[in-house]
Amino acid sequence: MARARPRVAIVGAGPAGAFAAAGLLRAVGDAEIDLFERLPTPWGLLRGGVAPDHQEIKRLDETFDRQTLARGCRFLGNVEVGVDVSHAELARHYTAVIYATGAQTDKSLGIPGEDLPGSWAATEFVAWYNGHPDYRELEFDLSAERAVVIGNGNVAADVTRILALSAGELERTDAADHALEVLRDSRIEEIVVVGRRGPAQAAFTSAELRELGNLDGVEIRIDRAEVELDPVSSRWLAEEGTFTARKNLELLREFAARPARPDARRRIELRFLRSPVEIRGAGRVEAIDVRRNQIVRSDDGALRARGLDEEPVTIECGLVLRSVGYRAVPLPDVPFDERYFVLPNERGRVLTTDGEPLPGVYAVGWIKRGPTGILGTNKRDAEETVRCLVEDLRAGALTAPPNPAPEQIDALLAERKRDLVTVEGWRAIEERELDRGRSEERPRVKLASRDELLGAAGGPRAS
Amino acid sequence: MTYVIAGSCIKDDSCIEVCPVDCIHPKPGDPDFEAAEQLYIDPDLCIDCDACVEACPIDVIFAEFEIPEKYEYALELNAEFFAERNTIQRTAA
Repeated sequence: MARARPRVAIVGAGPAGAFAAAGLLRAVGDAEIDLFERLPTPWGLLRGGVAPDHQEIKRLDETFDRQTLARGCRFLGNVEVGVDVSHAELARHYTAVIYATGAQTDKSLGIPGEDLPGSWAATEFVAWYNGHPDYRELEFDLSAERAVVIGNGNVAADVTRILALSAGELERTDAADHALEVLRDSRIEEIVVVGRRGPAQAAFTSAELRELGNLDGVEIRIDRAEVELDPVSSRWLAEEGTFTARKNLELLREFAARPARPDARRRIELRFLRSPVEIRGAGRVEAIDVRRNQIVRSDDGALRARGLDEEPVTIECGLVLRSVGYRAVPLPDVPFDERYFVLPNERGRVLTTDGEPLPGVYAVGWIKRGPTGILGTNKRDAEETVRCLVEDLRAGALTAPPNPAPEQIDALLAERKRDLVTVEGWRAIEERELDRGRSEERPRVKLASRDELLGAAGGPRAS
Repeated sequence: MTYVIAGSCIKDDSCIEVCPVDCIHPKPGDPDFEAAEQLYIDPDLCIDCDACVEACPIDVIFAEFEIPEKYEYALELNAEFFAERNTIQRTAA
């Protein structure tokens, strides 16, 4: 007996959505998948997050394309679910809806002065230099000699590296042209990276840390006293430390032992066990006050930073990039866990606030598990969600939607979004970007405003 | 000879799936998998078959004699991961 082909909407065409689409096609060969995306371009943080000097990682887009769009999965770009089309409407048109919307905002530090001009979320800086159209108009002032980066994760390492690279190095990447213009004239000479916990607990991967120490013409400085471990950290490292934590400490000790390089073009200075307490300035950032911490083992066994009873120390600077983590935002008409900032779910099955499964609604990626892990983590995460969906499908737990024909959702979208970007539109954008890249000997030259992107996509224009 | 994985590894596990001698670790489900920043190739077991190179979606696996300069550290790093891991496993046994 013929069964209806399952029709699945995936909301968000980032890595989690792409891995989910690919996994679903492997599991259910005849599934019809529509990838909804708020931007005119797919692949989320692979395009807009991964640093422009890490082109080898961006190559994953070819795999995503081959495993999804090239296999008939439809791209429905420039459509915002919750604004242009509602969850209820998706539910009427699809057998299942998978949310893959990620974590779209930043955690805040919760200190005075955080909102002064010149203090930014690192992710705003990232989106800006990576050509995210919503961030193009941001004005980063790089005229001060010193910038301070708060945080010790890979986003902190990325923004530090981008501030440290020479114009020549940046010009060989696909950093957005508007950002290149500003970065080229940067007068920043020193980037101070401040971490709340100690060198043994830094969240950098050793690969990112090694890179910071190997930049051309850039001195990396860390005081020798900073790499001496306190007894709590020493014991933790020996008994529970990861391979990465030991590698990081080895690298930091090697950095600390390097001779000074007065000839360096720029300097990166790493400071550990310090928390920002206030960002100060008359009308814009002029300084940040940081207080020293010590590592203590808390009751749950985790190592935490506790502030010492000392006067804060002032670091003068003109730019602060805060990189202390991402946070998801609630989506209209689906449950949200306000405590963990995720869609409440069990292995990817979205639950109501009472803990009951919400039939046909799933989550994958950061909106499912929180902003942790690296790109490949989403592959396993997606496999888990897909397994649940397939189980439900086979168990008959998913009912056929009232409006199952693709023409029905197409008609609705045509009415609402005259500038919908389909796969053909995206291919036209990509071709334009790669062509321009070839002529400038760069991996690609991004179209970095919605108008340019939609113009290149060439769909029906509102006149 | 051995192949090595460079630090840009995204822990997509395509290489693990194709390795005929099971020399790429940690594997999903291993206790050290989540904390690992990348996957590593055990130089004592690798048979230079090239399957992982073909499978890697971002081309960051290299034959020992073809490692680009910026990834030179990877040869020692892959070996070191297994040296440490084997010590821990022997101690635990």
